[in-house]
Amino acid sequence: MSDILTLLGAGLLQSFEPLNLFMIITGCLAGLFIGAMPGLGSVNGVAILLPVTFLVPPTAAIIFLAALYYGAMYGGAISSITLGIPGASTAVATVFDGRPMAQKGKADQALMAAAIASFIGGTVSIILFTLFAPPLAVLALKFGSQEEFALMILAFATFIGLGGDDIPKTIFSILLGLVMAAVGFDIISGKPRLIFFDMVELQRGIGFLVLAIGIYGIGEMLWTLESTKGKVKIEAVKTTWARFKHNLTYVKGYLPTTTLGSILGFFVGTLPAAGATPASLMSYGLAKTFSNDPDSFGKGNVSGVAAPEAANNAASTGSMLPMITLGIPGSPTTAILLGGMIIWGLRPGPLLFAERPDFVWGLIGSMYVANFVTVILNLALIPIFVRVLAMPFTILTPIIFVLCFVGVFSTTDRMFDVWLMLVLGLGGYLLRKLNYPVAPAVLAIVLGPLAERSMRQSLIGSRGDITTFINPVEHPIALGCIIIAIVLIAYPIYLSFRRKNAN
Amino acid sequence: MGFGMLLFSLSMMWSIYNDGLNIGWVDGRGPGSGVWPFWLSLGMALTSVWTLVRWFRGTTPESRNEAPYIDPESIGLVLTSFISLTVMIFLVGVVGTYISVALFIGFYMHFVGKHSRKVTISMMIGSVIFIYFLFEWQLAKYLPKGWPVFEDGFLWIDNYRWLYLM
Repeated sequence: MSDILTLLGAGLLQSFEPLNLFMIITGCLAGLFIGAMPGLGSVNGVAILLPVTFLVPPTAAIIFLAALYYGAMYGGAISSITLGIPGASTAVATVFDGRPMAQKGKADQALMAAAIASFIGGTVSIILFTLFAPPLAVLALKFGSQEEFALMILAFATFIGLGGDDIPKTIFSILLGLVMAAVGFDIISGKPRLIFFDMVELQRGIGFLVLAIGIYGIGEMLWTLESTKGKVKIEAVKTTWARFKHNLTYVKGYLPTTTLGSILGFFVGTLPAAGATPASLMSYGLAKTFSNDPDSFGKGNVSGVAAPEAANNAASTGSMLPMITLGIPGSPTTAILLGGMIIWGLRPGPLLFAERPDFVWGLIGSMYVANFVTVILNLALIPIFVRVLAMPFTILTPIIFVLCFVGVFSTTDRMFDVWLMLVLGLGGYLLRKLNYPVAPAVLAIVLGPLAERSMRQSLIGSRGDITTFINPVEHPIALGCIIIAIVLIAYPIYLSFRRKNAN
Repeated sequence: MGFGMLLFSLSMMWSIYNDGLNIGWVDGRGPGSGVWPFWLSLGMALTSVWTLVRWFRGTTPESRNEAPYIDPESIGLVLTSFISLTVMIFLVGVVGTYISVALFIGFYMHFVGKHSRKVTISMMIGSVIFIYFLFEWQLAKYLPKGWPVFEDGFLWIDNYRWLYLM
């Protein structure tokens, strides 16, 4: 325990270095803004701004992106409450009660509840993160290629298990990402694969960044344009010092649901694929169940704003736990962060704790600081954000498109990648329209090369014996992961068949 | 669209097979280089068939959906956005990043957003200065300048920066 405190102290000191502190403040501000824009969430922000981070050292870069992730979670509530449009899917549950509160003229109270709940959610989850990360990393050090592969199968299975009703589309999306990751030279034999139309540029493979910016920058933006028709309608927010003090008196009322939501959010967030959206919805449901007045939910109950906001912030921290310790992202945003870490020359996983403690503990330390910075910025800047939100989409859209283009070109120096981004963006938009989930594809393209390598290494080591993954004596952890993965895939399929038979 | 996905998956499998990549076990060397993409593409094809069967039976919400594929009200906006972005990227190779970006923002804000001339022009100039300052100056990234005649024009600005501002 004292070791953890010493390392945490060093991490905190590191996050106060001028560059890192600057990164935290800029990241939080950018995140708040991006999170508040309807249709844009942390994943879009991290994808679009990833190229900018190549200028600074990896620690400052991850601090910037983590702060942006954090800020976006706070910011999502602003548009949910004032516009009635969730800034991102993670803030959907916040609309249920946030919007009715705004319509009753209590937008400031709802925004404050969201900010304070997010702060509590963030703080609780960072403490849990600090306690859980080191032991998990020690356990993960025992992992061989079999365990690594089984763990990835588990990550994909979680997506299928939690992907809702459309199982074939989720599986298709995962497989598409894995196949896309195989484009280019084979990592073991060196042979070129899937070089469409003999385009030599594809020999380098499809860059993860090109895909992420294409899907989340171009595709999602087209989707948002279609769904909002480029127009937004805003609810007025009154903010005075007296109202601020008055609103503080309500905090005690939603403290229990907030704390419960924070703990729930953290653990749901650690599951790959679960992430902040189901966490916030579950937390909302829990708050409603345990409330003395469940009928008031959906009509403007402040606990209905606080509970999901605490959970989505806690989940965002939770999703970083498997990313840092196991190298498996827990959400689309952490998938992009993981891709960034690989580009920065780091290998996410248990060894990171031993090889780069400055990086890991700098990140953890920065989370504590970012949480404070964001709550202060959020409370202080709410009136300004609300005004900025009124900015028409016809200004925001060209700016985002230009950022996507410049971001991709400045990273890869190839116009081919810019065109590829455009094609992938269009593909992402069409997939989205057909209700194909795009997040599993992004996760798969990040994990694809690692999954293929670990599978082939295991099979080469075992001389082609496929049972090596389920050998209970040599690889019990791998066997456990595969059993859970099978259950996760089979159970929803079984349920849907049973439902069909019942009908 | 399910058919499209199926065809795409099959074309992947064909591409791997056609390239002569080994899709089985290579003695003494482990799985062939085509194993991973080939069998996963087969999985994609099978899930596409699964989706088609569900669509045929009317199990999915989309198969019961009678609404147009794209809302006619927003199709114009989506198409204009996508086509203007494509034209912008094409123009990058001709007139360079800065002029094409300014033209794109100007077109979008003036014709799509119907913003005032003052706002449009200030955004055009502001975004170009921002990109130049952040990417070329701070990140030292060389962005495309188009045909030599346009590139030469920018050399004046670069020279000025190097001589007086660095």
